[in-house]
Amino acid sequence: MSSIWRSRNLIAGAALSLAMLAVALLSLIWTPYPPTGMDFLHRLAPPSAVHPFGTDSFGRDVLSMIMTGAQSSLTVALIAVAVGAGIGVPLGALAASRGGLLDDVVMRGCDLAFAFPALLTAVMITALAGPGAVNAMLAIGIFNIPVFARVTRGAARGVLVREFVLAARTAGRSDTAIVLIHVLPNIAAVLMVQATIQFALAIVADAGLSYVGLGVQPPQPSWGRMLNEAQTFIWRAPLLAVFPGLAITLAVLGLNLLGDGMQDLLDPRLRRAR
Amino acid sequence: MNRRIAALAAGALLAAGTALAAGTALAAGTDAAKDSLTLGMVLEPPHLDPTAGAASAIREVTYANIYEGLTRIDHDGQVRPGLAESWSISTDGLTYTFKLVGGVKFHDGSPFNCDVVKFSYGRATAPDSVNAQKQLFEPIADVSCPDQYTAVVKLKRPTALFLFDMGWGDAVMVSPKSAATNKTDPVGTGPFRFKQWVHGDRVVLERNPDYWGAAPKLKTVTFKFVADPSAATAAVLAGDIDAFPLFPAPEAIDQFKADPRFKVVIGTTEGKTIVALNNTRKPFDDVRVRRALTYAIDRSALIDAAMSGYGKPIGSHYVPTDPGYVDLTGTYPYDPEKAKQLLKDAGVAPGTEITIMLPPPSYARRGGEVIAAMWEKVGIKTKLVPIEWAQWLDQVFMRTDYQATIISHTEARDLDIYARDKYYFNYHSDAYRALYEKFVQTVDAKAQLELVGELQKKLAEDEPNVFLFALAKVGVANAKLRGLWENDPVPANDVTGVSWAE
Repeated sequence: MSSIWRSRNLIAGAALSLAMLAVALLSLIWTPYPPTGMDFLHRLAPPSAVHPFGTDSFGRDVLSMIMTGAQSSLTVALIAVAVGAGIGVPLGALAASRGGLLDDVVMRGCDLAFAFPALLTAVMITALAGPGAVNAMLAIGIFNIPVFARVTRGAARGVLVREFVLAARTAGRSDTAIVLIHVLPNIAAVLMVQATIQFALAIVADAGLSYVGLGVQPPQPSWGRMLNEAQTFIWRAPLLAVFPGLAITLAVLGLNLLGDGMQDLLDPRLRRAR
Repeated sequence: MNRRIAALAAGALLAAGTALAAGTALAAGTDAAKDSLTLGMVLEPPHLDPTAGAASAIREVTYANIYEGLTRIDHDGQVRPGLAESWSISTDGLTYTFKLVGGVKFHDGSPFNCDVVKFSYGRATAPDSVNAQKQLFEPIADVSCPDQYTAVVKLKRPTALFLFDMGWGDAVMVSPKSAATNKTDPVGTGPFRFKQWVHGDRVVLERNPDYWGAAPKLKTVTFKFVADPSAATAAVLAGDIDAFPLFPAPEAIDQFKADPRFKVVIGTTEGKTIVALNNTRKPFDDVRVRRALTYAIDRSALIDAAMSGYGKPIGSHYVPTDPGYVDLTGTYPYDPEKAKQLLKDAGVAPGTEITIMLPPPSYARRGGEVIAAMWEKVGIKTKLVPIEWAQWLDQVFMRTDYQATIISHTEARDLDIYARDKYYFNYHSDAYRALYEKFVQTVDAKAQLELVGELQKKLAEDEPNVFLFALAKVGVANAKLRGLWENDPVPANDVTGVSWAE
């Protein structure tokens, strides 16, 4: 019974995430209207056949903006997670395989990073470095590093004491080879799940940053800024806030379900328990 | 798992929070016999010395509240006595004799007398003067003090607007003792004195118990700086801000109109909102390009989209409410085809990129997006760069390191800025200067108004900047508040007559 529910999670999550990816890719080649094109005669139009999601205060097509927004959201989140994993995983693996002082330094560094609320850190970094998509990616990426470092270290330490690693070590394999050949493939599942979760968090963080004006800059649309701009129009066009809000919620929901499903599917311990 | 739930919750919250922030209708504070006022402003002043900076925000905090001049400009644009209780003008228009109010003391206890007048005007006319409106003082030849409370000002030539000019926020009286430190610790003769400045947040003034005139009803006044339209709306709705005289979210006005707790005041300002172009930079050194950029803009659509319809189109650097206004909005009517042709003639290739600096006010941030879309249609690509106010003052205004920017000039009748040697849009025209010189020296009121028209026409012809619209004063205030200005003849938030109704 529970396994069916779990695979349903996976299917629903994968479907939502793929749909978002499809929308983002589609927006690269086609949107119903140019996302920055303004039609001053049809401002704040309600949803209709011509504009399925209506238009905003400048007469821009909301559907087109949501589609293009998906693209920028995904790009920011993807690169942020890549930055986090790209630096965090090697750090964690290094800490696990070397141990000792290096391990202490890396892990205390992570503790230090964790002591600051992630989103606030990102706000601080973008406020200092200047607003913009690139800085948003880096800011979100930076607070992803300790997450990946810690998960990698924990999982890798579990693998490093297994018999086949001891055998490899006895056979004279170097530390690097052991990590690359024996450890990483064995912890890939955990990392994948973590990456999905971080991806969802990065989307929320990106929306938050652009909500306060620190993310993707106008005229390029972004979900967070659409929410911000919709706020003062809430009495005249309440749906303006609904669509980007829904887009963020669905994207995050999809990725979380996907992460959940993958965890159940890939985690050998859970598989055994079933 | 926790973390995943948190992510999900955060996503939902972001959406829900948006609805809540604008939607919550918390009861505005209803303290009995309220004697404090919190007034919202979009821009924070860079400092608090009105005699040493061009930013209007300085005068919007200090004018009439902290500092006073010999004359003052009232809410109706009329000149009223200030620290001079009366004056007489010689028949040749060259000598002004001011009778000063006696017994006035600055907030630091130093006395106000003719020496202060001499010092203040001398400081503004000095070669090293940092006054942003030096031209106001330029006609002054000499100030003499026959006795402590009489100031005789001699002019180089008759100056029709002299009494009005001396009512500007830039012409206030400052004590020799505190002039050097007024930027951070302002000391004036006004009914309020400076109490506290929390940078990035608020300036607090308190009642001056030793004020020479009628005591104000308010005990404390807080100027709170909120640039974000959504945050401003939420703060007024929640009662955190009692009045927002230049409200940044005109689209929310209908909501306030429908709410009996608030009143909405729509007035006029002197704000000439323009796309300032750096005239020395290519391609803006070519008048055809500047005209083309104007042809490309549909002003009424811009006002509708960016200002929710509040504002009046202008065709030159003058607002319809000022005497001598000539309607020049028809000089370059909206005509994208003509714009394209002119750009082509001037050799500006389609796809040329223009960077527009956008200071925080919503007329700039939103107007920028609209103008970007309009210029796009004639083949100009735009890059919008939002910048903070301090950075704008430094990079754009002081160092003129920019291509284009959107800004509202809120000084009254400031046609002189186009005749200056150095001003941030770098417009240089000998013909205009000659015309302005003629205007300055003309005493006859009728001839003067005609020249004001000529000046406007010359500017419309050269179109150094793209003239957009006159900024409306879209204000929101608690319905119980009395005595706020309805219009802004000068940039000011004069709260000396403000009180709370029972």
